[in-house]
Amino acid sequence: MDLMIESFPKLLNATSLTIQLTLLSLFFGIFVGAFFAILRTSKIKIFYYISYYYSYVFRGTPLLVQIFIIYFGLAQIEWIRESFLWIVLKEPYSCAIIAFTLNTGAYTSEIFRSAFETVNKGILEAAEGLGLNKMYTFFKIKLPIAIKQSLPAYGNEMILMLKGTSLASTVTLLDLTGVAKHIISTTFRPVEVFVVAGSIYLLMTFLIHNLIKFLEKKYDYESLN
Amino acid sequence: MSLLAYGDTGWGDELFYATIMTIAVALTAIIIGFLLAGVFASFKLSNNKILNLIGGFYTTVFRGVPELLVIYLFFFGGSGAVMFVAKVFGYNGYIEVNAFLTGAISIGIISGAYSTEVFRGAIQSINQGQFEASKVLGLKKKIYYYKIIIPQMLRLALPNISNVWQITLKDTSLISVTGLVEIMRQSYIAAGYTRDPLFFYSFAAVLYLFLTFLSMKLFNQLEKNYSKGY
Repeated sequence: MDLMIESFPKLLNATSLTIQLTLLSLFFGIFVGAFFAILRTSKIKIFYYISYYYSYVFRGTPLLVQIFIIYFGLAQIEWIRESFLWIVLKEPYSCAIIAFTLNTGAYTSEIFRSAFETVNKGILEAAEGLGLNKMYTFFKIKLPIAIKQSLPAYGNEMILMLKGTSLASTVTLLDLTGVAKHIISTTFRPVEVFVVAGSIYLLMTFLIHNLIKFLEKKYDYESLN
Repeated sequence: MSLLAYGDTGWGDELFYATIMTIAVALTAIIIGFLLAGVFASFKLSNNKILNLIGGFYTTVFRGVPELLVIYLFFFGGSGAVMFVAKVFGYNGYIEVNAFLTGAISIGIISGAYSTEVFRGAIQSINQGQFEASKVLGLKKKIYYYKIIIPQMLRLALPNISNVWQITLKDTSLISVTGLVEIMRQSYIAAGYTRDPLFFYSFAAVLYLFLTFLSMKLFNQLEKNYSKGY
């Protein structure tokens, strides 16, 4: 019990890094995901395949491999170490964010793609028939429907990303899991630390879950009328 | 390429055995997960409020807490728990718990939390009338479960089981932190020895891609088999 009280402030402190990593990766991941989702609909074969294999590779390999390739692997290439990229790639913090962004981007692109595919063609034809212009149709009709469709899946992805940031601890960052591991390995009392750190993670999962629920309600067009 | 030579001069054989180890851990973990899922799915579907609660607690905790944290709990806690039991029996030495078992159990418990949801959904999706019809036809419980309910359940659950398998397979990479020599750990060793991390981690990625590709093909075939009547 003492250990739980004692380790709580330390773990809470580390939580800010976990939140930072999660939010930044998700933020950049949305743009990466949208970019590759659009590429996927392209009629040019090469663009289609680039997007297809990007999502295939990043979803088919463990996040740990991705983060190790970016942090340990890229440092080996000489021209990278001599270029301006090195400023970014020598820091574990930015490497972690790059890896997380590319990873979540791959999942997000799939979510966006399937959301846009499920928008009913009849609705779009109706919009065209009503003489609405393309921009208006996209922003006022297609996008809100797609957002609503993708919300449950995206909520899952947010939770997966939150859990994924724990891998930052493998490249020396002291996020929530990193600090928890440090306390466990010095005190050899894993259960207490697990309970505290686990509860903090569960609380964040709970918050994300409710945020998604709230947004689902907001975008529930069927209940508008 | 000489880095991948089979035998003493390269890492080919080591990586081959590491791949077998990854497959072995993943298979053991998913089987542990299925067993747990069988129990907890029935908890979640039962009419008993307390059992519901236990089932809900299990799936919430192990799907909401990072895999790495669960692995640390079992890695550091496993030997402690075993030593505690040993102490009761009068043994005071240090006992190290097998890394394979620790890994398979921790990944299995996580995998089980996902499988629980899959099983629950699959059972719920089967029409109640089928249970009743089988009873009216006088089929034995064993027969209607094995011949009627489970084949239909599998058809519906297979895509999701395939997902759980992919998650489990990828999660095994995290066991490398406990020192079990699977793909990730072996690549780490090789990368440190040869100072060529880019090559070995990329090769690890290729191995994982190969495994996920193979399993996808396998599951597609299974899905085809189970949806013959549709």
